[in-house]
Amino acid sequence: MASKSKRVIPGTTIFDGDMARKGYALNKMCYSFNSEENRQAFLADREGYCARFGLNAEQTKAVLDLSVLAMLAAGGNAYFIAKLGGIYKLDMQDVGAQQTGMTKAEFQAKLVEAGKN
Amino acid sequence: MAKIVGGISVTHVPYIGRAIANNLQQDPYWKPFFDGFPPVHAWLDKVKPDVAVVVYNDHGLNFFLDKMPTFAIGAVEEYHNADEGWGIPTVAPFKGDLDLSWHLIDNLIEDGFDLVTCQEMLVDHAFTLPLELLWPKRNAGLRTVPICQNTVQFPLPTPKRCLAFGRAIGKAIESWDSDARVVVLGTGGLSHQLDGERAGFINKKFDLEFLDKLVSDPDWVTQYSIPDLVELTGTQGVELINWLTARGALGDTVKAIHTNYHIPISNTAAGLIAMETV
Repeated sequence: MASKSKRVIPGTTIFDGDMARKGYALNKMCYSFNSEENRQAFLADREGYCARFGLNAEQTKAVLDLSVLAMLAAGGNAYFIAKLGGIYKLDMQDVGAQQTGMTKAEFQAKLVEAGKN
Repeated sequence: MAKIVGGISVTHVPYIGRAIANNLQQDPYWKPFFDGFPPVHAWLDKVKPDVAVVVYNDHGLNFFLDKMPTFAIGAVEEYHNADEGWGIPTVAPFKGDLDLSWHLIDNLIEDGFDLVTCQEMLVDHAFTLPLELLWPKRNAGLRTVPICQNTVQFPLPTPKRCLAFGRAIGKAIESWDSDARVVVLGTGGLSHQLDGERAGFINKKFDLEFLDKLVSDPDWVTQYSIPDLVELTGTQGVELINWLTARGALGDTVKAIHTNYHIPISNTAAGLIAMETV
């Protein structure tokens, strides 16, 4: 049991020890995507590649669905998930739009708006 | 003894690498960001550093979660960049400075900062892009020392610890028996959040106050915990601890040379500050 109560920040996951334990296999798979050969191997057999790294059912489904929020919930770390996003040529506004339920144009407008006030 | 000429802190958004590779500096999207640099280039031409100590965070190139040091330092002849998986161009290697690396290792550990030492170390965009931005034509003579802080897996080093670490780095550099001129860089931030329903979070008010306090009163940042900084600046905005460490190395009083702040570059509030030691 955690010795301290955790800080709750809405819409935000702190990647702490609990998440690092939970997401290890998923993050390790994403770390492998630093290699082009591994990226191609993933694309050739996504499910098999997930199995090779020991992803559980929740993590595998999140990866196959390319659902960033589900990957985060399954212990994924943003920096590692970004390497998976890179395979699909998703940029950070694609990823941001997906997580916030906005269109990419709406998400980009929100960023521009943040600079105005 | 070596002299610290000043410090520069700057955002390290990966897509800056693509903008540089494609010569987009005057593109309307990128112009407000790149236009911040000429005054800093002019200052670098004046102070002529021989060595850059770069405080940054790795994003899963050199370090995975199998071994995650809170503080790590490179001691390598030459630092290589490599494929980071998201399709940004790999850049040419940077020269190391083994004498300064080992001087820092010896003195910082003696001073209570138990660094992980790396005789093999890949450097990611957080190290390479600030150097590319600050020396766009490359300075072939420039030597570098990477100092990596964990911003990946919590708990991260506290702001208080980072500032003390930076002060110890400054003290160690100034005790180095060399006539080298040293600049200390901090990279990352400012406010941004890539992950979760709060993705796209930016806090201009906090960033502007941070930029001001970084010059005049860096201890101001130590009132905040890491979770406070996540709340105020986003899950990746917390990279500003690299700026704080770099600032610590510059001593109590500095003179601001130039500041630039622009929203957005990718999902990030992009910041740049150059400070001269006095």
